[in-house]
Amino acid sequence: MAAAELTPALEAVPAVRRARLGMVFWGAVIWIAMLVAAAAFADLLPLPSPTDMDMLEHRAAPTMAHWLGTDSLGRDVAARLIFGARTSLTVGLCAPLIGLAFGGAAGLLAGYFRGRLDTFVSGGVDVLLAFPPLVLALAVTAFLGQSLLNMTLILGFLGIPVFTRVARSATLALAQREFVTAARALGATHTRVLLHELLPNVALPLAAFLLVAVAVTIVVESALSFLGLGVPPPQPSWGSMIGEGRENLDSAAWLAFTPAGVMFVTVLAFNLVGDTFRAVTDPRRSAS
Amino acid sequence: MIKLVGHRLLYLLPVLFGVALLTFLIASLLPGDLAYVLLGDQATPETLAALQHDLGLDRPIVLRFAHWLGHVLQGDLGRSFRTGQTVVAAIAERLPVSIELMLLAEAGALAVAIPLAIVSAVRQGGRFDRFITGAAFASLSVPAILSAIVLIWLVAVKLEWLPATGYVPLGEDVGGNIRSFILPALTLASGEWPVLMRVLRSDMISTLKEDYITMARAKGLRPSRILLVHALKPSSLTLVTVTGINIARLLGGAVIVEYIFALPGIGRLLIGSIFTRDLVLLQGVVLFVGTGFVLVNLAVDVLYAVLDPRIRHGRR
Repeated sequence: MAAAELTPALEAVPAVRRARLGMVFWGAVIWIAMLVAAAAFADLLPLPSPTDMDMLEHRAAPTMAHWLGTDSLGRDVAARLIFGARTSLTVGLCAPLIGLAFGGAAGLLAGYFRGRLDTFVSGGVDVLLAFPPLVLALAVTAFLGQSLLNMTLILGFLGIPVFTRVARSATLALAQREFVTAARALGATHTRVLLHELLPNVALPLAAFLLVAVAVTIVVESALSFLGLGVPPPQPSWGSMIGEGRENLDSAAWLAFTPAGVMFVTVLAFNLVGDTFRAVTDPRRSAS
Repeated sequence: MIKLVGHRLLYLLPVLFGVALLTFLIASLLPGDLAYVLLGDQATPETLAALQHDLGLDRPIVLRFAHWLGHVLQGDLGRSFRTGQTVVAAIAERLPVSIELMLLAEAGALAVAIPLAIVSAVRQGGRFDRFITGAAFASLSVPAILSAIVLIWLVAVKLEWLPATGYVPLGEDVGGNIRSFILPALTLASGEWPVLMRVLRSDMISTLKEDYITMARAKGLRPSRILLVHALKPSSLTLVTVTGINIARLLGGAVIVEYIFALPGIGRLLIGSIFTRDLVLLQGVVLFVGTGFVLVNLAVDVLYAVLDPRIRHGRR
């Protein structure tokens, strides 16, 4: 009785929200596309160098030469934002792919074969999740050295347990379904069941989660850079720009607010697209 | 009940062993040998080898791990080579700060989340509900760095109501102590409330559809009584879990927030040990944070079983 009443109510909400999300969703997609394009073609854009200092014109208000003004060392803020987007997006997009590849594979295998392998994988996931991600990232970057590659690898590694969990729980549910039993009965090998039957179905929740993971990774990357443990200076990054801007909050608050605002919109955009994607691909909801 | 706890404890042992192993490996395999850090500029091959021998660093890694684990099990996490303080003492000194911050932040987040969730659930789909759902979604995308600098700029720089940084010990001045915690707690709470609000709202919506709520309505009970007495407790199970996980996480110190507001908690101890390459301290603190997380999670599971009879009796 209660369950029967529950279903239509739950489905009514996403339908309303999806219709309303239309414009916001496309706005988010356009923002991400513009940011990716700007970061990819930053060298071709008519921008001043992001690292050239001009002490005579430091903390200057926006002018024709410097669209968004200059920071406390006289470097162009607009150029640093766009080159910083390159850092954030490189780490933000590559690291979750590492997590997706390894975590997705481990979760798929653990959820399908169960037994001892599952115990081992789940135990490993619990161990890794016991460490706060920032702590592990801090410790490892501090000792391995700061570089874009190191940071991508570490943040990618840290994403593995979460992707494993998502893939494992999706696989556990799917492996009980009739089409898997049918495939096995028809004589399909384990490899075939995993790659042709399970993988396409697990890929959707994983892809939706990937977008959310991009948002999370951008935040963690900026936190590391904010602490001075991100990409080595003078290479720009949103986190280090916020960190430098924090020193001048009383005289030039925009130096911290501009990169922080850009980062907020970017994180919001990835979250929005990921959430919409999840709502659309969730079979329980799209069935209505 | 006892069976459940026993089962969980049995599973915990290998996980805790894994935590210890990973902690040890992080600090040992990374470049930056302790002997090298200790000697600094004075390192010559001979002094280095001698010190490595004294510290036992030339022994096989398995032996070193066993030796370390033996000491850890006796409650000895070693001594910081910079300050000479034992790691246990350093943690004990910083822990109250992190706990106070965690309690204030969770209390603030719950104080915002619970009323908003109840009203949203009652007016599900209405204008207020849609606004709050949107606001929660936006708040989730605000990184702690952003909310921290906005709060500092607004409250400390513009309005000059509170100090931007600085910590006053509780024993010295209670009012000043609370004041030094307001901004960091608000920063943390602004990231926590949306999660708490969402889970309570969705649980509350399904509880309100139960027959016994209709029954209570039919009996003519006051709506406030139905909501707060009949509906809130059964709806708060997920909320308890999520709050528990937050507490477990914040026990390890909120690294960024403690750093920005200069609070001497666990997070700051940890980042300090990284900056000064204090390997023994780093190892000890990471082990403490990881173990604390696992144990608090166990406590949450047990509490969950106490709250929900279906889990207690193994029927779900």
